[in-house]
Amino acid sequence: MSRIPLSALIGLVITGAFFFLALTAQWVAPYDMAAIMGGVWDPISSEHWLGTDAIGRDLLTRMIYGGQVTIFVATCSTILSFVLGSILGFTAATAGGWVDQVMSRLVDLVMAVPTLILALVILTAVSVSVPTLIIVMGLLDSTRVFRLSRAVAVDITVMDYVEAARLRGEGQRWVIFNEILPNALSPLVAELGLRFIFAVLFISTLSFLGLGVQPPLADWGGLVKENATGLVYGIPAALAPAICIAVLAISVNLVADWVLARTTSLKGGRGG
Amino acid sequence: MSSELNHLLKQAVAGRMNRRDFVGRAGALGVSAAVAGTMLTTAARADEPVKGGLLRAGMQGGESTNTLDPALAASEVPYVVSMTYGDMLVDVSPSNEIDYRVAEEISSSPDAKVWKFKIRQGVEFHNGKTLTIDDVVATLKRHTDEKSQSGALGIVKGITEIKGEGDMLTLTLADANADLPFLMADYHLVMQPGGGVDSPADGIGSGAYKVTSFEPGVRIAFEKHANYWDSSVGHADQVEIIVINDNTARTAALQSGQINMMNRVDPKIISLLNGAPGLSVQSAAGRGHYVFIMECTKAPFDNNDLRMAMKLAINRKEMVDKILGGYGSVGNDFPINSAYPFFDETIPQREYDAAAAAEFYKKSGHDGSPIILQVAEGAFPGAVEAAQLFQQSANAAGIPLEIKREPDDGYWTNVWNVAPFCASYWGGRPVQDQMYSTAYLSTADWNDTKFIDPKFDATLIAARGELDPVKRKAMYSELANNVRDNGGLILPMFNDFVEIVADSLGGWLQDPNGELMNGKALVKCWLKA
Amino acid sequence: MHPILKLVAQRLALGLLLLWAVSLLIFFGVEALPGDAAQAMLGQSATPVALANLREQMGLNDPLVGRYLHWLGGFLTGDLGKAMTNGQDIAKSIGQRLGNTMFLAFWAAIISVPLAITLGLLAARYNGRWPDRLISGVTLATISLPEFVAGYLVLYVLAVKLHLFPSMAMIFPGMGVFERLHAIILPVIVLVMVVLAHMMRMTRAAILNVMQSAYIETAELKGLGPLAVIWRHAFPNAIAPVVNVVMLNLAYLVVGVVVVEVVFVYPGMGQFLVDHVTKRDLPVVQACGMIFAAVYIVLNILADVISILANPRLRHPK
Repeated sequence: MSRIPLSALIGLVITGAFFFLALTAQWVAPYDMAAIMGGVWDPISSEHWLGTDAIGRDLLTRMIYGGQVTIFVATCSTILSFVLGSILGFTAATAGGWVDQVMSRLVDLVMAVPTLILALVILTAVSVSVPTLIIVMGLLDSTRVFRLSRAVAVDITVMDYVEAARLRGEGQRWVIFNEILPNALSPLVAELGLRFIFAVLFISTLSFLGLGVQPPLADWGGLVKENATGLVYGIPAALAPAICIAVLAISVNLVADWVLARTTSLKGGRGG
Repeated sequence: MSSELNHLLKQAVAGRMNRRDFVGRAGALGVSAAVAGTMLTTAARADEPVKGGLLRAGMQGGESTNTLDPALAASEVPYVVSMTYGDMLVDVSPSNEIDYRVAEEISSSPDAKVWKFKIRQGVEFHNGKTLTIDDVVATLKRHTDEKSQSGALGIVKGITEIKGEGDMLTLTLADANADLPFLMADYHLVMQPGGGVDSPADGIGSGAYKVTSFEPGVRIAFEKHANYWDSSVGHADQVEIIVINDNTARTAALQSGQINMMNRVDPKIISLLNGAPGLSVQSAAGRGHYVFIMECTKAPFDNNDLRMAMKLAINRKEMVDKILGGYGSVGNDFPINSAYPFFDETIPQREYDAAAAAEFYKKSGHDGSPIILQVAEGAFPGAVEAAQLFQQSANAAGIPLEIKREPDDGYWTNVWNVAPFCASYWGGRPVQDQMYSTAYLSTADWNDTKFIDPKFDATLIAARGELDPVKRKAMYSELANNVRDNGGLILPMFNDFVEIVADSLGGWLQDPNGELMNGKALVKCWLKA
Repeated sequence: MHPILKLVAQRLALGLLLLWAVSLLIFFGVEALPGDAAQAMLGQSATPVALANLREQMGLNDPLVGRYLHWLGGFLTGDLGKAMTNGQDIAKSIGQRLGNTMFLAFWAAIISVPLAITLGLLAARYNGRWPDRLISGVTLATISLPEFVAGYLVLYVLAVKLHLFPSMAMIFPGMGVFERLHAIILPVIVLVMVVLAHMMRMTRAAILNVMQSAYIETAELKGLGPLAVIWRHAFPNAIAPVVNVVMLNLAYLVVGVVVVEVVFVYPGMGQFLVDHVTKRDLPVVQACGMIFAAVYIVLNILADVISILANPRLRHPK
């Protein structure tokens, strides 16, 4: 780790700060998350640094707790969707034949059913909690990751060096982790950054289907929605969480860009 | 013009304020007496109806599943559509009197069991046919017979016989009902040719406008019915309802001049909107109310002490301020307010009292397990926020209230009338009897609090046929106190109808009976020249 | 070319099988949801008698499998039937909505896809320098806003404050093409904002991924300009991930724009499906579901075929 470029440094610092606030929410937040302390959308003041929300709760406090939910759920579900999606995608690509066909068509099937219907059916089948939320989001998203990683891996499996490895008698797992993964890393890292954003935005969508976190807890997207009518009037309760989502998304992707730059330069000279 | 001045001006023009008061109050806003006087004269002249033009309403509450069949109207847009193309026997006027439409005279037997409606001559349907007594009979039969799918079935099921002779409709009731004419104003009971039996959704009515284009969930267009019998309404040549379910989009459409009026304003933005030129906020105190319902038959709510604890643990004033933005009034745990005839204003207002609530809670002997309140965004506007306010005030009284947010989808099937404790709303009814009969009578289909009290039922049925107003008022007072002190209803607030109209709109009136002037805004308003 | 045609034929056949599976999933999935069309239709004003009558009329009392077979029979003979809720002819009402959805998706795609790929190429060409930073920063900012936030901002600034465009993207039958285009400018802007970053960033990443390869060095040594190298040598080899991401976003433009439809009052398929799922109007949900599933299946086939065509080693398997 020689020199970190400025943009990556900014990304790292901001992402780090968000994660830190999320981890320490219970100690950092100035007030009780559910306590009603003021009027509707009170402006910024010395007691309430970001004003109050639609029923008079301290917005800063809600933002800090909201960040905890958003970051935790988005991170976990993104990791889940990546691990699952890429391993299955690589497996399908390297195995080929009917294994590939069955896995790919099953993924097609899941993608082809409208998300709304899928979410509602899941909702009636399972009880709502944060772990279910993570699993549902991770599974739904893993279909997208599967398609991408399979497409990238198919291109790689026909490369000479993979053939060579196979002729050497390396196993499937060795091929996946030592040949395919390093060569597929860049698109996957780029996708990872974007999937994280989608996850952040998706939580609030599910919240409104009833599959999200239970009040008084709210994620950032949910906070924006709760206060959405105030958005065009510049009410902090609507703007602040929207800005936080954007800043988090950008800083995570700045870090992703840096990782991406490093993965491409690492590969330098390997040849194809 | 500031919105406050504008509001005053409208009040004065509508005759709710005299000229001197107007000039005085305008003066307080910094307008000189001379200018205020001229303004009032101009405004009054401008208040003469103007004919012609295209009038548009942007509305929340429409879906692409909507039908023109008035029997199946269940949300706001179908309701306004019915009120625009159809006429019932009667309407209820803004001052809560009978406004004769297809019927022109009503009389009843002394025991209020047999009612006669004289049908107006020369009423024409949009298909050119003249409305006859047979159409009226067939319409009412379609809503009452054993195959009826009508949303009005609960209202009209007390009618045992429907008979038409000449121009006289005779309705015979099982039990006396002094309020029957009001029931006939229900928006499902639109007169249709042949009663709409053959083609209930063809949109042919006898109202001031006829449907020209019906795109459910998108746009419904009408043009003036040239042969409408009443020339005092139906001013615009064309009217349109545009379905805009999103709050911000609806406001934006009004601000950019694409619509002339909108329903359902988010109260939170009203103070922010005040800077917007050319618009005014109109509110009408109605009978609709937002409620939390406890089922009296299910634990732990089968204990009246616990119910009382819950009723004392809610801060009604705070809810009116924060959920309704002040556009409403506090409730008192019975479903009647001053907008109803025979309202008893002497019943003491129940206040938030954490200490008393804690005491009742202790007395109830509840085991301390969480009390779950089920709620969805769609239960009523601001329901989840209101539930969180309730949770805070109840927790302060030591009551372990918890919230469970349910999906909007399926809420009315899964939760309402099923869960022991949930959020809901009532639109209100024109008369007390109908409200109580709909939801508090032991045998009512929608007795969602599962309130069962034979004495209550007996008094309610007696009051229905009671023609002496003093006795009737006393009976309704007894009913109110009974629900308030023994029922499962927590009624924190009555909501106003809050709407915004453009200054280009003339003829707006406050109407407590329903949204957009009881659904008649398109029929009664006009575009100023 | 023969193996490719065979593959397409095979995939289309499997696609039909998939459609059938989707129809089963949707039918029994929606059926398993609590509530039915009659109840959803009458809502709070349902009396038991009215409910029973409406159920009878809607045919909800018939056995489940029979209803599915009845639907399947109709579907196979090209008869989508009538909506349970309002009796409208499904083919006709969906036809109109689908036309609107495709119109919006087409214009959003025709702008966003070439733009995203061009920007991606430029960003890769100027990797790490200011054009890259600028493109990345701006597209990331637009994608990071929840859709309705982007929608409200565009709506408020361009329609309410500046009066440049109508706030509502109302489309009527009988409108001319130019009128329609004028009406949909705002939703198109928002949709482009939403889909641009994903495709652009994938293009950039995929190109950077292949830029280190030996053949690129060879091309550079031949003295080709950097953009020419990227366009002629890097891009074709980077196409598989790009095409998959483009496919995902195109599918999104067709099936996932409910929020944009709601904000701009655009009569598309998204809200139509939501309304009918809410009302448990199975025949309509089925018809929408079949269309959406077909869109995914066709786009997935396209993406796979293009990936194969772009890669010489896959095109001519040993």
